[in-house]
Amino acid sequence: MMLQQLPPIDAAPRVDHLLIAEMVRAGARVLDVGCGDGALLHLLAERRQVDGRGIEVARDRVNACVAGGLSVIQGDADRDLSEYPDAAFDYAILSLTIQATRQPKVVLQNLLRIARHAIVSFPNFGHWKVRQQLLLRGRMPVTPNLPDPWYESPNGHLCTIKDFVALCELIDARIERKVAFNASGQQLGTWLPITAHNFLGERAVFSLTPKTRTSAR
Amino acid sequence: MSHIVQIRAEGRQALASKGFGTSAVASFDDSAPLKLDCDRDLAPFEIAYQTYGTLNAAKSNAILICHALTGDQHVANTHPITGKPGWWSTLVGPGRPVDTDRFFVICSNILGGCLGSTGPASIDPATGKPYGLHFPVITIGDMVDAQVRLIDRLGIDQLFSVIGGSMGGMQVLEWAASHKERVYSAVPIATAAWHSAQNIAFHEVGRQAVMADPDWRGGRYTEAGVSPRNGLSVARMAAHITYLSEDALQDKFGRTLEAREAKTFSFDADFQVESYLRHQGSTFVDRFDANSYLYITRAMDYFDLKSEHGGILANAFKGTKTRFCVVSFTSDWLYPTRESRAIVQALNAVAANVSFVEIESSKGHDAFLLNEPELFATVTGFINSAADRRGIAPVAASSVAPRPETT
Repeated sequence: MMLQQLPPIDAAPRVDHLLIAEMVRAGARVLDVGCGDGALLHLLAERRQVDGRGIEVARDRVNACVAGGLSVIQGDADRDLSEYPDAAFDYAILSLTIQATRQPKVVLQNLLRIARHAIVSFPNFGHWKVRQQLLLRGRMPVTPNLPDPWYESPNGHLCTIKDFVALCELIDARIERKVAFNASGQQLGTWLPITAHNFLGERAVFSLTPKTRTSAR
Repeated sequence: MSHIVQIRAEGRQALASKGFGTSAVASFDDSAPLKLDCDRDLAPFEIAYQTYGTLNAAKSNAILICHALTGDQHVANTHPITGKPGWWSTLVGPGRPVDTDRFFVICSNILGGCLGSTGPASIDPATGKPYGLHFPVITIGDMVDAQVRLIDRLGIDQLFSVIGGSMGGMQVLEWAASHKERVYSAVPIATAAWHSAQNIAFHEVGRQAVMADPDWRGGRYTEAGVSPRNGLSVARMAAHITYLSEDALQDKFGRTLEAREAKTFSFDADFQVESYLRHQGSTFVDRFDANSYLYITRAMDYFDLKSEHGGILANAFKGTKTRFCVVSFTSDWLYPTRESRAIVQALNAVAANVSFVEIESSKGHDAFLLNEPELFATVTGFINSAADRRGIAPVAASSVAPRPETT
């Protein structure tokens, strides 16, 4: 579940991080699953004064996060989310991580169980550049957004925006908000049909909530 | 703080008379006996302790350091018996991760110990002789209860942090479980919420070694004017192996011979590793009481926070607001990472605020006492961010002393 290289924390915040910071209520309890170097947690602490926690699989990143004053544990989304009680957090965030989990559906269900809102961002495999490479070259796409060749990519479960919407329906998640970014980091108009988002969006950020709160398992 | 000064002054005098150097001693008389887990009352009792730094006006900057099996209260000052630097002077001191310019650090000799606190070598008021095996069997909970009395005496409501490794980590967990409101943050390092069968087994080997020494005399060796040096030394040798790792032993000694060209075809210490262990054993007996060793190892064996909470460790931490930082080391086979992870899982199950760091080290369990920069970085980051939240004033820039070398 290694994540893609994230920018150092003093770099300009990522556009999807800025959007997530906008979605999160001030002072909320937040769990960032796959928090990497803690850039999002730092941003949320600074802009939203959240009570933030993180889970990260890479030991050196965990240690750097804790040394930087964040509450982060070494762990992994597939194994460790089941430990948390129901509705322990206001927001559980999965930032560019779901495609690298072994069981995205179970992970998403757990997110919706342990938090009132799940915020999920992922690279859109339906983006036109991806389709173009597969269609014209017949090779697995390598793009700035998906830079690794297939044999080195941590991304075992890539999906398109449409696929993700279908999964949300399947697990009874209500989509509160969905935003797609194009390759230059601009948000696509919400008035555009989902087919357009799926074609032009390089990354997507979804905010979800359970349609009916599941009881403790 | 005049009462503290008074306690210190009394304590210094008391300890000086016993030859224990400069530790303060808090004495607790018959009026409020310590209720022990074994259903006996202990009174009077004394707790010897060291402090470093200054308690702030709000009394919000106190950190309790809990020592391990063979540690003592001399965490950051030169040891009065061995003359060596404090056992955690790499972590605690001015400009160190636990910065005594910012925090008021307390470290007490545990109940049952042998460096000024009441233990089996103390005089039993009922007989006028050393307790020996008449000393009650104590638990980690009893040690913590005694520390609670000390913290009360010092007038501190809430400890900003409780930090300890190994058995010290057990005390940290006990504090966090039994005195939730009094612990703002907790750092259990290289420890476990219950003592494993393997660890109990090693302790039993150590105890049997002590008791097999004819000079042990059923625990009444002091009156006989002898000491079970050989037994305690063997116990220490066996235990010392468990504090290291196979790689650490191999790297440090390999099969190197000790100051000789060839094997001697005898049972002399041919190998460096043998000579090293013998040295560890013989220096240990100069500073440690054999009966204390029996009692403290027993207390560790009895430690099981899980069974004390209905078989569900998470129950121990229900409702906790304490911020935790759990630390383990990759090569620690005495308290392996999975035992720290069990603590983390329990804390997650109650949605506690927890950080968990596993540090890569080849040095085994002992790593927590050694120069491990990642441990220092972790503790520094965790403690300082928690202190900022707690509103503890940072060290004034003008008074920052040059950071001592940690190597």
